[in-house]
Amino acid sequence: MKITKTFALEKIANKIRMDTLQEIYYAKSGHPGSSLSCVDILTVLYFNEMNIDSQKPNDENRDRFVLSKGHASAALYATLAEAGYFPKEELNTFRNISSYLQGHPDMKNTPGVDMSTGSLGQGLSVANGMALASKMDQKGYRVYCLIGDGELEEGQIWEAAMTSSKYSLDNLCAIIDCNNLQLTGNTNDVKGLNADSIESKFKSFGFNTLRIDGNNIDSIIDALSKAEQTKGMPTCIVAKTIKGKGVSFMENKVEWHGKAPNDAEFKKAIDELLKQGKEIDVQN
Amino acid sequence: MDDEELIATRESFGKALADIDDERVVVLDADLDTSTKTKYFAEKHPDRFFEMGISESDMVGTAAGLASSGKIPFASSFASFITGRCYDQIRCSIAYPNLNVKLIGTHSGITVGEDGATHQMLEDISMMRTLPNMIVLCPSDDISCKKLVQEATKFNGPIYIRLSRYKTPLIYDEEDEFEIGKGYQIGEGKDGTIFATGDVVSECLEAQDVLKEMGIDVRVCDMYSIKPIDKELIIKSAKETNMLFSVEDHSIVGGLGSAIAEVLTTNCPKKLTRIGINDTFGKSGRPEDLLKYFGIDQEAIVEKVMEEKQKQN
Repeated sequence: MKITKTFALEKIANKIRMDTLQEIYYAKSGHPGSSLSCVDILTVLYFNEMNIDSQKPNDENRDRFVLSKGHASAALYATLAEAGYFPKEELNTFRNISSYLQGHPDMKNTPGVDMSTGSLGQGLSVANGMALASKMDQKGYRVYCLIGDGELEEGQIWEAAMTSSKYSLDNLCAIIDCNNLQLTGNTNDVKGLNADSIESKFKSFGFNTLRIDGNNIDSIIDALSKAEQTKGMPTCIVAKTIKGKGVSFMENKVEWHGKAPNDAEFKKAIDELLKQGKEIDVQN
Repeated sequence: MDDEELIATRESFGKALADIDDERVVVLDADLDTSTKTKYFAEKHPDRFFEMGISESDMVGTAAGLASSGKIPFASSFASFITGRCYDQIRCSIAYPNLNVKLIGTHSGITVGEDGATHQMLEDISMMRTLPNMIVLCPSDDISCKKLVQEATKFNGPIYIRLSRYKTPLIYDEEDEFEIGKGYQIGEGKDGTIFATGDVVSECLEAQDVLKEMGIDVRVCDMYSIKPIDKELIIKSAKETNMLFSVEDHSIVGGLGSAIAEVLTTNCPKKLTRIGINDTFGKSGRPEDLLKYFGIDQEAIVEKVMEEKQKQN
């Protein structure tokens, strides 16, 4: 069922943020910053945009999603659980030896995961393959690929970008989670990557490009709809996001790239998110 | 042997691929279709052929995406590029998710010849067989190659097929069968066993004839399936014959010899003389000269067997 009301989607994103943090807190490992930055994008994809049915995770006509930045797995799992692909209790087993919720997504064992990822730079090629198959079989399904901004330093992304464009994959939508930070610091300092340079690169590779606030539900809905209407070329949405979005002390802090919160930090983060959830309720 | 009777396995592959009657088969190449011989498929089925340009990593990833959506992709390039350059892509995007991608590496081994070390892949068996889920096949002649390409199409899972540009004689008849996980024993010799794979199987068969004239009766086991490997055949030969040899146009580190040694160590410890490229890079030259230079031609094999025979006496 597609959810169209902005506040309802905001409320879901708020829940997913709490679940994401809880996974990482229980596992005592994971990537909170990178996960929180893309929660709004995942929420819109899974609850508004994609043609999917959590009861039929392998339906061959479904839209596909590739989390090329596989380290944001906690956010993907929280989203999939919220969408009903597996019970929410499973989230508490994240990264545990008995769990199917691996540190990085494993398509063979986790319902709803369309591609195993983790080694950066490989997702766009795979998404192209899916989009090509969709076209060959005239199935019409769309393929969405979420890529980190730091991940764009991998050369394979640009090999793949040429392929998306060569085959005019207008059923493919790449979304760049442009949170400006990677493990060692600012993406611009590391390799000259910022929203401007990223957009111009994709444009020059033959993509229709869109620049949005990637933490704004309405902007994301609008951009995905424009992407769907664009024919004859692939679309790249450069989504400006905030790393650690929703938890003030994690926001824009590179040290929260891959570190679990301790007891006090977790409580503080959840309190903040609960408050945000109440504000959404009050405003609507 | 007349030149017309010699065929390179890359050629056999190209022909067999074009003849496969399965709409799910798609073929990807990286600007080498005239060399890998996927051009035959491209000419016959242009709508199912993807020219990916000189970007092997992207090709392998795209193949993974196609496989996840029900296609049977064959991705081809030179052995050095498709395995060496794309190891991580194969590992994470194909082997780990166990996707039904067929990886074709033509131009394996030193018999690539004049192009030299960068293009003479000597480590691909080693790398591919260490990957969980990956099947590794290395046919030795036209007939076995064509049949193994058909077998690979029927098999659901990732397979690496190692091929050669070096032309070799026909070994088999059309009636011969080749199964993934099996080897093919040629001759009943009781004095020794030569396990071999790929384009040097024919060198071993010539050595077999020469040795026979010298009164040494060896069998040759064509180990066209390197993973899974035919354990029964290895154990049986180890029990029935006194001398064991492995011959490969590949590094002796991690290749066929290593795979056989692993089986022997666990099941029936016995000395194995590994004949292959001795932990070094290749070099330019004519294939025949290189086979001799690196000691994997018929004469070198005969010499090694004689040496071993001397030691035993």
